[in-house]
Amino acid sequence: MSTNTERHAAGPETPAVPDGETASTGAPASSDTPARSRRRRVPEITYSVLVFIGLLAVWQAVVDLFDVSSVLVPTPTAVVESLIQGLRDGTLITHAMVTLREILIGFGIAVGAALTSAVLITQFRTVERVLFPLLILTQTIPKVAMAPLLIVWFGIGISSKVLTVALIAFFPLLINAILGFRSAAVEQVEMLRSFGASRVQVMRYLQIPSALPHIFAGLEVAVILSVTGAVVAEFVGSSEGLGYLIQATNFTLDVARTFAVIVVLSAVGIALHAVVVRLGRWLVFWTATPVDAAGEV
Amino acid sequence: MPTGTDTDCVIRLDSVSMLYPTKSGGAVRALDDVSLSVRAGEFISIVGPSGCGKSTLLRIIMGLSRQTSGRVTFGPSDDTHRNRLGMVFQQPLLLPWRTVRKNLLTSPDLHGARDAATRAKADELLVMLGLEEFGDRYPNELSGGMQQRVGIGRALMHDPRILLMDEPFGALDAMTRDQMGLDLLRIWDQDRKTVLFVTHSIPEAVLLADRVVVMTPRPGRLADVVDVGLPRPRRLENINTPEFGEIVLQIRKLLNSEHSAH
Repeated sequence: MSTNTERHAAGPETPAVPDGETASTGAPASSDTPARSRRRRVPEITYSVLVFIGLLAVWQAVVDLFDVSSVLVPTPTAVVESLIQGLRDGTLITHAMVTLREILIGFGIAVGAALTSAVLITQFRTVERVLFPLLILTQTIPKVAMAPLLIVWFGIGISSKVLTVALIAFFPLLINAILGFRSAAVEQVEMLRSFGASRVQVMRYLQIPSALPHIFAGLEVAVILSVTGAVVAEFVGSSEGLGYLIQATNFTLDVARTFAVIVVLSAVGIALHAVVVRLGRWLVFWTATPVDAAGEV
Repeated sequence: MPTGTDTDCVIRLDSVSMLYPTKSGGAVRALDDVSLSVRAGEFISIVGPSGCGKSTLLRIIMGLSRQTSGRVTFGPSDDTHRNRLGMVFQQPLLLPWRTVRKNLLTSPDLHGARDAATRAKADELLVMLGLEEFGDRYPNELSGGMQQRVGIGRALMHDPRILLMDEPFGALDAMTRDQMGLDLLRIWDQDRKTVLFVTHSIPEAVLLADRVVVMTPRPGRLADVVDVGLPRPRRLENINTPEFGEIVLQIRKLLNSEHSAH
């Protein structure tokens, strides 16, 4: 690979892309993009932060001025206090870890099951004919409605939560993965076939890489749904986790703590989403614009 | 009908016909009774308006489509033609996640043959294609003409004895197109592969080829095969010579007479 070192004499301003390792979104673009995006992106974020802080201030002021009961709406400062206290004594962290575990295991199962099914459905006509109508049918069932049944069948332990998460994350992933595995152009397939590629090789050289942008679009949707799934399952029946904590604090009218739990949940969701987005940009370095996820809930 | 002596004939088409079924239950005759013999090392252009079945013909030779009737044989003495054929498509069809060099190495990779020799050959090809600075770039960093050159280079890395080219310059602008044609001739001149070059530009067909196969549509039929007696190496100036003009005119007349006959 590194036989000729002077190959970049013509374009010293654009860094070489070593095997896609560091090739993030901007790498292949021309040299004028960084300047342009710097001018545009930074203010956008600043405005969002300012608006957010402004909203918090209004919230604080309204609650203070009109003396709103803390059982209805606590002040932002009360929420922050409760959050800090909860983090200090470890309650929020222990419960967050429980929920995170449910999300990760459930999400992992969903990813494995969805990708396997998508490969089978796109590679074998019979599997598609038998499974696809069933999948479309089951897709219309609101998955959260299954949560109580899963609690009945699998108890209030972790398995019922994991299954709810897996069930809710499975479909958007599956639909996008199927789209993805079918997204390779016929001409590309013929090109590889003309070089004598086998079916497995066409899969490896073309269909899997072509599917990646779609798969990541699906993962982005699914990871957020996973959080929802875990919380809903915990609402229905559990003795630990952030969903349980929301119900418990609601019961004791500790609304500031409820808000604090929601903050932690959002943080978990944002963090997981960010990991998926980052991983996607790193793996799918050749498309500048992400693919839209096929709509599904 | 053109007849090459059987000893050096590399592709032989015997009354090849192709019917496509239509939705209304009928059938479209894309190719009708096409016979042709191609000699080793020959550069053949196939011209005709769109819908005359010239792409279908290449696809049948490549094995991507199967003819309804007739025979395609590869000569003189080999029946395992798979590795002998390489195809260049109208679009570059590069894999966007592979660097230019890795795109060139597609065929060796598929056959588990990426060794020092093939790497050296890829580097050689990069120079030959004028892409030596772009080996480690990705396709989306290249212009359309450069991408198409990579597509041609990828087919050459496959080292086919017969190169099938389906309007490879169709998506390029006129100036890039002329240059690419001359580049192709220069590369071709180094080892004189057999080339079947489909185009809808008559001057391009004449400029490149030893023989021009003229096809007419509905049904796709072989109107005539015109010998281009122009000396090689060809240059762009050839286009302005009276000999060149005569051949172009002859082909144009062939196409027009067939048009008015229907």
